[in-house]
Amino acid sequence: MLDDFLIRAALAGLALSVAAAPLGCFVVWRRLAYFGEAVSHSAILGVALALALSIAPIWGALAVAAGMAVAVALLDARGLPDAILGTLSHGALAAGLVALSLSGARVDPSAFLFGDVFGVARQDLAGLWMGAALVAALLAWRWRRLLTSTLDADLARATGIDPRREGLILSLALAVAVAMAIEVVGALLTVAMLIIPATAARGLARSPEGMVVAAALIGAASVGLGLAASLAFDTPGGPSIALSAAALFALTLPLRRS
Amino acid sequence: MTKLIEAHALRLDRGGRTVLSDIDFAIAAGEIVTLVGPNGSGKSSLVRALIGALEPAGGTVRRAAGLRIGYVPQSMAAGSAMPLTVRRFLSLPEPRTDAEAEAALAAAGAEGLGPASLGALSGGQLQRVLLARALAGAPDLLILDEPTASLDQPGAAALYQTIERVRRDAGCAVLMVSHDLHVVMAASDRVICLNGHICCEGAPHVVADAPAYRALFGSGTGGALALYQHDHDHSHDHDHDHGHGHGRDGERCEAVAGPRGA
Repeated sequence: MLDDFLIRAALAGLALSVAAAPLGCFVVWRRLAYFGEAVSHSAILGVALALALSIAPIWGALAVAAGMAVAVALLDARGLPDAILGTLSHGALAAGLVALSLSGARVDPSAFLFGDVFGVARQDLAGLWMGAALVAALLAWRWRRLLTSTLDADLARATGIDPRREGLILSLALAVAVAMAIEVVGALLTVAMLIIPATAARGLARSPEGMVVAAALIGAASVGLGLAASLAFDTPGGPSIALSAAALFALTLPLRRS
Repeated sequence: MTKLIEAHALRLDRGGRTVLSDIDFAIAAGEIVTLVGPNGSGKSSLVRALIGALEPAGGTVRRAAGLRIGYVPQSMAAGSAMPLTVRRFLSLPEPRTDAEAEAALAAAGAEGLGPASLGALSGGQLQRVLLARALAGAPDLLILDEPTASLDQPGAAALYQTIERVRRDAGCAVLMVSHDLHVVMAASDRVICLNGHICCEGAPHVVADAPAYRALFGSGTGGALALYQHDHDHSHDHDHDHGHGHGRDGERCEAVAGPRGA
């Protein structure tokens, strides 16, 4: 059954939903949408480097996204003005597109900008689910410390937590999710898969854990709906998934608690 | 007396500018110390250095081994983005039993707020919940950074009464930053007046009379201070047993006051 391209696409999308749900919640809680965008756009540059070096694009995306995430986290992601993050983000995207064309590889950039969810191969699935497990394990391990330092950095300090270290761990987990997302929804729609399910879940949840679970369910439903729509209307897979997430967000609006 | 936190020759820089220098500071078990000073005088920076959130540019900060700090920040930014009940908040990062949580909420005057959503609290309720969270860890030292900054006057007065009761019952040391001079000074064992450096320190009445203090805050608060000084005299008689050496502190105030007052 795994040979079926539709099942592979669904499993890839589910792996991304699992990783994106807790990370997306932190992106919403910490107001890191611009930070997430800078990291995901930088992944295109990583793809170009990987193609030039003839290695799998996902490793290049992971390395450059991790470098960008750690650099911005060390510069204090929460303190950087939006304009600076926007400059980094779009500078990285432009550099990536230029590098792609210079790399001489005969690839269509849109595969990395919007993903190629129906092109996910069987061996990619193992990598995607390992990435999802890694992100989930990392965040579960640091959960209370991450929540505390998200609420207030000084409050965390006073209880012996180093909020900068927690921020770095979160950045690395984000880089993993970004590398995973390249294949599924692409670099341009990665942030959509992070923030839309989490924002939809915010209105429904009473606890941080509840918000993560709700975000994962909404993400998974977006994948199912998006893939079905993509087949029915012959639309691109990644954008159809992101659009489904936005539609689900709109549907949750009347249910919001606050 | 056991020193809970000690700082020696501490210097703090913010954005390449020195905001505090020559800070020698210590707080002992059970002591109430208040930091006062104008805006930008380095009060919050000093507190952040003491809890380890700000690296000293010079000098040292030493915390007693195993010191439990209950920290009450001025406000909390992420309070509304995360769905969180007050009860759950009390269990971050250390899990607390229901009994511990209820006792802490009651002590902070926040009974019944457990099921409430953190984002739905009023400013006064949030301060009480932050205080409850700090108390739930049975702290040796309670640190409050301008706890009444966002409260109206009756709210501030009620919160100060709660803090006084808490400290009587729990017996922990208290370090409080405030600009509500007339209210807080009365309850303090020691007042430290900051303005880029320690410009005077000592028992409340010593500081209130110090020229350096009057130069910073003017005489406008004189009447109010006198009023609360009276409170201080009858409700905190035991203060006179502390070995602070009022005379020495007084001298320090005069000595440092000279150049500042000019």
